[in-house]
Amino acid sequence: MLTYLVKRLLEMIPTLFGITLLSFVIIHLAPGKPTDIFTELNPKITPEARERLEKLYNLDKPIIVQYGLWLGKIVKLDFGESFSSDRRPVMQRIWDPKKPLLERRLFVTFMINLISMVIIFLIAIPVGISSATRRNTLYDKITTTTVFIGFAIPHFWLALLLMLLFGVTLHWLPISGLTSMNYASLPFWGKIWDLAKHLVLPIFVSAFGGLAADSRYMRSSMLEVIRQDYVTVARAKGLPEREVIYRHAFRNALLPMITLVGLSVPGLIGGSVIFENIFGIPGMGQLFFQSVMTRDYPMVMGVLTIGAILTLLGNLLADIGYMLADPRIRAR
Amino acid sequence: MANDTPIKLFWRRFRKNRLSVAGGIIVLALFLIATFAPVIAPYSPNNIDRNHILEPPGLKHLFGTDDLGRDVMSRMIWGSRISLAVGFVAIGLATIIGMMLGAISGYYGGWAERIIMRFIDIMLSIPTFFLILAVIAFIDPDIWDFILPSWLKGSGDVSFLDPSILNIMIVIGLTSWMGVARLVRAEFLSLKERDFIFAARALGAGDLRIIFRHIMLNSMAPVLVSAVLGIAGAVLVESSLSFLGIGVRPPTPSWGNILTLGKDNIGVAWWLSVFPGLAILITVLGYNLLGEGIRDSIDPKLWQTERR
Repeated sequence: MLTYLVKRLLEMIPTLFGITLLSFVIIHLAPGKPTDIFTELNPKITPEARERLEKLYNLDKPIIVQYGLWLGKIVKLDFGESFSSDRRPVMQRIWDPKKPLLERRLFVTFMINLISMVIIFLIAIPVGISSATRRNTLYDKITTTTVFIGFAIPHFWLALLLMLLFGVTLHWLPISGLTSMNYASLPFWGKIWDLAKHLVLPIFVSAFGGLAADSRYMRSSMLEVIRQDYVTVARAKGLPEREVIYRHAFRNALLPMITLVGLSVPGLIGGSVIFENIFGIPGMGQLFFQSVMTRDYPMVMGVLTIGAILTLLGNLLADIGYMLADPRIRAR
Repeated sequence: MANDTPIKLFWRRFRKNRLSVAGGIIVLALFLIATFAPVIAPYSPNNIDRNHILEPPGLKHLFGTDDLGRDVMSRMIWGSRISLAVGFVAIGLATIIGMMLGAISGYYGGWAERIIMRFIDIMLSIPTFFLILAVIAFIDPDIWDFILPSWLKGSGDVSFLDPSILNIMIVIGLTSWMGVARLVRAEFLSLKERDFIFAARALGAGDLRIIFRHIMLNSMAPVLVSAVLGIAGAVLVESSLSFLGIGVRPPTPSWGNILTLGKDNIGVAWWLSVFPGLAILITVLGYNLLGEGIRDSIDPKLWQTERR
């Protein structure tokens, strides 16, 4: 098992390397120099100043050297300075240890995605099992229809409708931001309540798509297992149906779901661009969108790389989980 | 029955499933609406009428008007062209790339396979939407001005070769070929060891002939299914990008950019938020149902045992 883990970790290195190369190439395919954003907006800039700026960002060097220099820095998780007006380091804008957790963008996105992932599993697994065991009943048909709609619904539209209903029409929930203006003055439970009210809609939107996919997946995984011989044996020896489903079938049907955790990470993180923008939540997705719009290229490369690292870690965790859960793999 | 052609068999299975037929009808309707947009649309999509701004749905404007007094229904009808064109071109591109790379890695194996598979891993580990966003923002849309001859760009109400639309097609195509590549590779791995391939080789068929005539043709069914399902995904991505303001640029109408107006006028004009979203939902649902229907009807094994 340890050898497998080590091998798995070593395999991540070329992928990681490729990711950095890819994000570097995408940004540098853009016409013009990345510093054009400063120079074009400022007509008074002198050629000398432009040169100084290019030197500062190593743009005067050959592209290979630039990549090497950048790579050398990101190994230490240093993505350079962002192009924003305050020139803060990229890492500081993503995760500033001096600020409270809720003002660290990576934490905000991570928290929302983690909560939606837990909710997805808490709902998708029972729904998947029950519609598999009650196949072709009205209940199964209703869940299947819901799943199809869940696949087809654009997330930003769902967000828009929820805002319209709960925010604008009913005035039940705030439609933007993470906390209210008076957040700092609230008592502890007041803070939690305030945060929860702000998070309900974003988490709902972010969980919705995954919910459809995962319950569908759980359903077919369960159907697959129910057909197996050992389930028939369990029934044949007279076990009650509950026991058959939950002790014999369920545990085996759950295995493929672990892989799904890893696979759903890139979709969830990518989806945060949409819901964070709509609900005005200061997370990684919003930051990425803003950086892309302002062509803040150190920031874009940084977020791309960090997003990819998180995805790889998600896959790794899923693999480890799979290993712990499946004795056949554990024995190897 | 026994000597029916595969097409006939397929059709008989397909039409038994009401949901698949519904999906087919939705997609067909979308084609018709897009083709006959100039005839169906009650108004010109860019007809600005400052006297009728943000009018709620009524007899004159079935889906209301937007903040410039343009008829929302007409804009949606013209927008169907964008949705259709982006879906087909983007997924066409993705399918071609995926088939090529999948065929190479599945047929030849070796270092080519290792590099391609690693590249797929890399593409898949960058959060999907991040990758699309980065590519779209850093490819200059004006690049098309240099590549396309001016007569091709056309003019009029809606031009398909608008740089922003071309950009979206290419970007979605370049970022969604990985599934097809894996699929085709798997097909190649299983088919290339079959007897009929050995027979073809014994008869003197070259690599290219075996790849295209014998293996590729036999793996078209799953590719077709994944392409139809892929179009659904492309429609969703296009509308999200247009909604965020980095997709199809106004005044060219697209369902996504009408929804942007919906968000901007959320307190006053619900119709701008509701109708275009419904159009996206129905379209994507149509492609999904059609794709699943095709899959179930193509795969005889699934049909004979049980449908899941």
